Amino acid sequence: MAASSSSTPNVFRLREESRVELKRIMNSFDGRKDLVIDPKLMQQLDRIANVTFLKKECEVDKIFKLDPLQKAIVGCAKRLYLVRPKISNMKCIADQILLEKSYKEERKYRIVMVPRKLYLCEMILEQEGVFGYCEIDEFHLDLVAVDSDIMSMEIPDYFRSFFLDGELSWMHTVASAIQNIQKLMGLIPNRYAIGRGAKMCFELLKRLEGNRLVEPDYSKSEIGHLILFDRDIDYVTPLCTQVTYEGLLDDIFGITCVLIHGFVEFDINISGKEQGAKVLLSSKDVLYDDIRNRHFTNVFDLLKTKAKELQTLSDKRHGLSSVTEMKDFVANDLKNLKQEKQNLSYHIGACERIIEMKAKADFEEYIQTEHSLIEGSSLRSCMNYIEDTINKQEQLIGTLRLMCLLSLTQDGVPARDYRNIKTWFLHSHGFEHMLTFYNMKKLGLFKEQTPVFQSTKPLPKMATGIDPLAGNSNFKALRKRLNLVPSEDVDLKNPVDMSYVFSGAYSPLSCKLIEQCISREGLEEVTKSLIGGDRDTCTAEVQLKTVRVGKGQVRSGPAPAKVVLVYFLGGCTYSEIIALRFLGKKTGYTFLIATTAIINGQSLLKSIVERPLCPNYNLP
Amino acid sequence: MAATADWHPLGKAYYKKSEVYTLDWDDLIDVSKFVVSAAPYGGPLALMRDDSNNPNIAMVVKPIITVYTAAGKKISQMRWNSGKIKDLGWSQTEDLLFVQDDGTILIYDLFLSFKKVLSMGQEAKDVKVIDARIFSSFNGTGIAVLTSSYRIFMMNSIDDPRVQRLAEVPGLQSAPTSWTILTMDRQSQVLVAKDSELYLIDRGGQYQKQMIDISTPVEGFIEMAVSFNNKCIALFTESGVIWIGSADLKKKYCEFNTKCHQKPQQLVWCGPGAVVALWDKQMLVIGPDKDYISFMNDTPVHLVEEEDGIRIIGNFTHEFLHRVQKVTEDIFKIASMEPGAMLYEAFKEFQKESQRADEYIRSIKDNLELAVSQCIQAAGYELEPSKQRQLLRAAAFGKSFLTDYNPEPFVNMCQMLRVLNQVCHHTIGIPLTYSQLHHLTMPVLIDRLVLRKFFYLAIRICQYLKIQDSEGASRILAHWACYKVQQKQEDDEMIARAIADKLGDTPGVSYSDIASKALECGRTDLAIRLLDYEPKAAHQVPLLLQMQKEQLALSKAIESGDTDLVYFVLLRLKESMIQGEFFMAIRNLPVAYYLYLQYCRQQNKELMEQLYYQEDNYLEEGNSKILRSFTVERYEERMTIMKEAMDSYNKARNEFAARQTEEQIKLAKYQRRLEEELKRPYMDLSLHQTIYRLIMDNNVKMPEILRKEFKVPDKRFWWLKIQALAEAGEWMELDRFSKAKKPPIGMEAFVEVCLKNGNKHEAMKYIIRVSPDKKVKCLIKMGEFKMAAETAFENRNEEELNSILRRCIGTDRQVAETINSMKQQLSSKK
Repeated sequence: MAASSSSTPNVFRLREESRVELKRIMNSFDGRKDLVIDPKLMQQLDRIANVTFLKKECEVDKIFKLDPLQKAIVGCAKRLYLVRPKISNMKCIADQILLEKSYKEERKYRIVMVPRKLYLCEMILEQEGVFGYCEIDEFHLDLVAVDSDIMSMEIPDYFRSFFLDGELSWMHTVASAIQNIQKLMGLIPNRYAIGRGAKMCFELLKRLEGNRLVEPDYSKSEIGHLILFDRDIDYVTPLCTQVTYEGLLDDIFGITCVLIHGFVEFDINISGKEQGAKVLLSSKDVLYDDIRNRHFTNVFDLLKTKAKELQTLSDKRHGLSSVTEMKDFVANDLKNLKQEKQNLSYHIGACERIIEMKAKADFEEYIQTEHSLIEGSSLRSCMNYIEDTINKQEQLIGTLRLMCLLSLTQDGVPARDYRNIKTWFLHSHGFEHMLTFYNMKKLGLFKEQTPVFQSTKPLPKMATGIDPLAGNSNFKALRKRLNLVPSEDVDLKNPVDMSYVFSGAYSPLSCKLIEQCISREGLEEVTKSLIGGDRDTCTAEVQLKTVRVGKGQVRSGPAPAKVVLVYFLGGCTYSEIIALRFLGKKTGYTFLIATTAIINGQSLLKSIVERPLCPNYNLP
Repeated sequence: MAATADWHPLGKAYYKKSEVYTLDWDDLIDVSKFVVSAAPYGGPLALMRDDSNNPNIAMVVKPIITVYTAAGKKISQMRWNSGKIKDLGWSQTEDLLFVQDDGTILIYDLFLSFKKVLSMGQEAKDVKVIDARIFSSFNGTGIAVLTSSYRIFMMNSIDDPRVQRLAEVPGLQSAPTSWTILTMDRQSQVLVAKDSELYLIDRGGQYQKQMIDISTPVEGFIEMAVSFNNKCIALFTESGVIWIGSADLKKKYCEFNTKCHQKPQQLVWCGPGAVVALWDKQMLVIGPDKDYISFMNDTPVHLVEEEDGIRIIGNFTHEFLHRVQKVTEDIFKIASMEPGAMLYEAFKEFQKESQRADEYIRSIKDNLELAVSQCIQAAGYELEPSKQRQLLRAAAFGKSFLTDYNPEPFVNMCQMLRVLNQVCHHTIGIPLTYSQLHHLTMPVLIDRLVLRKFFYLAIRICQYLKIQDSEGASRILAHWACYKVQQKQEDDEMIARAIADKLGDTPGVSYSDIASKALECGRTDLAIRLLDYEPKAAHQVPLLLQMQKEQLALSKAIESGDTDLVYFVLLRLKESMIQGEFFMAIRNLPVAYYLYLQYCRQQNKELMEQLYYQEDNYLEEGNSKILRSFTVERYEERMTIMKEAMDSYNKARNEFAARQTEEQIKLAKYQRRLEEELKRPYMDLSLHQTIYRLIMDNNVKMPEILRKEFKVPDKRFWWLKIQALAEAGEWMELDRFSKAKKPPIGMEAFVEVCLKNGNKHEAMKYIIRVSPDKKVKCLIKMGEFKMAAETAFENRNEEELNSILRRCIGTDRQVAETINSMKQQLSSKK
């Protein structure tokens, strides 16, 4: 399922490219050196190079984490900083350099900014008075292959900085990442942008490519379609609780997964080892590849059969009669068996944990409420449930998730409820969340139902370009139009509808829109679906059409490759990835997913919650 | 005529003088009346009317300077309007340098437009310059001046104008009898003759007295000349003896007595093999073996030293004197048996359709390859196209007898000669020999054509030689465009369009370079227009800033989508503008505005508040204040900021936020009081957390006060209370509380909190009081499936039964069976 067929472009090429580039950059700073890495880059770096690589091939002596609390580092005569171009990082580096200079330490510094160096940072270094002491370089590391069909930029900040703060800094990185892909895999003939940010990115990409003098050559294109998708088009999907295996893993063991998706850190109970284990989850793990996309309800059964199979396999050793057979068994099967056994035990452990969690009384009620909200039924009881959770001061983020779902599915909350919920919440969780509410309103996550008459106060004149107060999609209408809530029950074991990723209660809006876009090779349906048919937010450029062979029609000209690159701006969830994999299987397309980061409801909301006042008090 | 007819033997070698041009200039010019300076490598000639010896002309008349091509075509002319010129000469890049007596050096291009001015230092300025030398140093064009205090100052390169004061020559009381610059081992030194003594001085402050091996007594060296390759030197003594030796003066090649006591007008080298002394019309060519040739010119002449000969510029003609190259000698010398000569003969016979051609070819059969390459080489040394052609044809003829001969040298030579003949044409006037071109290199030649504005020819040459566009054609076009923008008479729009038409999207053309040229010429509008064609915003923006078109720069930066560029402009703008104006400038540009906000957020939070205030965005102002308040530690200070925030919210008419802030201030006051009274931390807790903790701490009064003050609804207060009581394990109190009043949250809440704190026993107590519709749910939560099933049965609720069934399938078969039977009973009753 995680497509490994020959038609899939190999995204690991990106990794190889980055590796070579990293080595070049590291070695251009001659001799042994210490490496100081921005913690935000660690995971991304992990994907392309390990410590041995750095030490052996890049002449790295010691490796440190960039830590603002660390005012000086003891190390060798050369130091290389590998950091994101952020003001705070620059200041931290400047402090270290200045202090070490005051100790009269002779040292050469080089700052390598990822993904590119910024004038702003150079200016900060200048202001801090260290510009003259350090050389500055850049490392164009953007998309990193996480799996054979997933690439991530690992910039969780993107969501907040773009959608909330209206800041476009990362846009350039996204566009140049696409350019990079095109360099490797050929020009992408058909492109669609869904959402304002996507459209801006689409246009930026065009500008970066410049005027094409010659007719572009698509014969070497490995990817036929590019869909840029803005997260703010569909908030509902990421806010829903994930119920596929991969999604659940992300949700439950998620705290580490947000950063190291693909890796899951299982603690002692599951791994049975002392330090806990870091398990690399990818399509290379055959077992995982089989269960990742499944609805959780039938994962356990599968694991059971798998365990039995393993048992019979390992029982084989008792039946070994000749020495050759024995030798053969030890040489081939035993090692695999061991590995498989290990993996299996991890997954079984993880399943147990998930079941335990699900068994908690609230879980079912929570999911129930979630589904009711999406269906738009029994609103009062949902409201009550929300009120209760607020009263009980339970799970801050979980409560916010439900509140957002309420607002999103009802296109706003009635004025009175809106006020009440906010007041309760503030009393319960603290005043600082007033700003959280403001953020949520700005994003359209949680807002008041607009009265029939126009709002009394006109919006401020400025900020017309990206208006953060823009309305969100009209969910009620969409639900009907796109048939988001299936009328019939879905077989979760052998699904025929992508809504299985949410237990048959809901098909991800994002994936539905993408389906429309691909099946029609155009955005007409999508724009019609989105609120008010606002055409400004979407744009498309179709260079090659798949000619549908019909009556009397002759196929002519090259058709676009049946590979679709979906680029989520602002992050995507595993559920969406799984839904797209399903869609791909159904339609014969191969989906490649690129994203600014892999997210879930938890991490999405966390990024916009204003800092709590007292993180140290452990109250309920 | 035999090929050797015009060869003049000099020792073992032959020299040949050939006419290059009949000079185009008007017949009126008499070279002897001018100071002439010519650039090597077929460069232009600068003529300055020399009136210094004419007492009739008043000093006030400023000289006229005219620049001609080597073919005598006038390029430019001007009347001098600055100080007294001591010397003039050309730089390696064909700029004309004038050394004034105050040590100022003025640099003009060959169109005599002023480029820049340099100085040889204060001392030179104070004591005046009496003599100067312009020379080729190892890293460019150098200048040395001799002051009236007989000190020498030297600048090694005009591109790196550092002046060095050289060592003093001991006992020098009058001007040195002669001096010259010696460049050896990447260093320039000066050889000074004080009468008969020779001193080598350098910038290290050292002098070295030099002794030379000379057989005749010397009273003074009155002229000296260093060869073009800096390897040989010739010294002329007052008695007319020329001493020729190595440049380090250690080796003598020959001594030659000219018997002429007069100082020659010019003493120059003709290639590395001969020295030429010139007196008026008489020219003496002296070889290293005391051989000589004497030439008598028709008119006074000026000699120009080249790498492989000298150019002789007379009133009417431009001639070139050079050594006949060995390979040419081999081919044309009478009775030469060299393969090349035989091949040439063979070819001549072949043209005559004589069978002797075959005989000749046969005789050199084994050496044919050598013969061909000799002919090719000889063609290169030939100046006349017709002779070149003969030789090349001979080579081609010989080539046809060879099977696998590499054609490259032949093709290459053809191409080079074609180019050479083109630029040598008198309309262009760059007479170069093949060996000079080899030294100068093709790119430099193209640059020189561009410099002379022969754009078309340059492009054609590039195309002919298949030089890449980015190196050749487009670079030339860019130069053309730079030249074009200097044509002041033409309209901005016209020029911009003309340039865009020609250049289009040619790769390697930088519109920003052209624009910056336009800007240099003061044509801002044109520059802006040109910048529109520049595809790279990173090149556009800095230039626009330079033009102080900040707004335009900003919008271009925004258009580019490159936020870094936007920051670049923003931060520049911020420095150059008053804050208020700056805010106004960016408020209508969302991209810039949000970027700046982001910058403030990280750099300067108060600036952000000011920005919001500026545009009456009180809500955001309040929010920023609140955010800032979180970072403040001190209570009083924090309260002040909160109050400010409240004011902002009020201004924003956001009642909700204002009220919440007000309440928060109130709460903080309470918390502070509580902390003082109870010595426990309450600050920064939410209202509920505060109440919760108070109940946990057994405080009865305060929770009630807070409840009233903040109007906490019953339901919530109950929740708080029972949760806290359960957590504290106050089961008695909980029980009492449950009976005090009918709980607004229902009895099930009691069950829940008991369970949460792990007390199933207490939970059971409340179960009975739970309303029937909630009972099943509670029992499920408790894990009492059997009881739950019974209750559900009582309620006749099939749905509830199902939900219990879901839970006990696989875990509790007995209950499952019970439920199934209950379900049957229910359905049968229906």
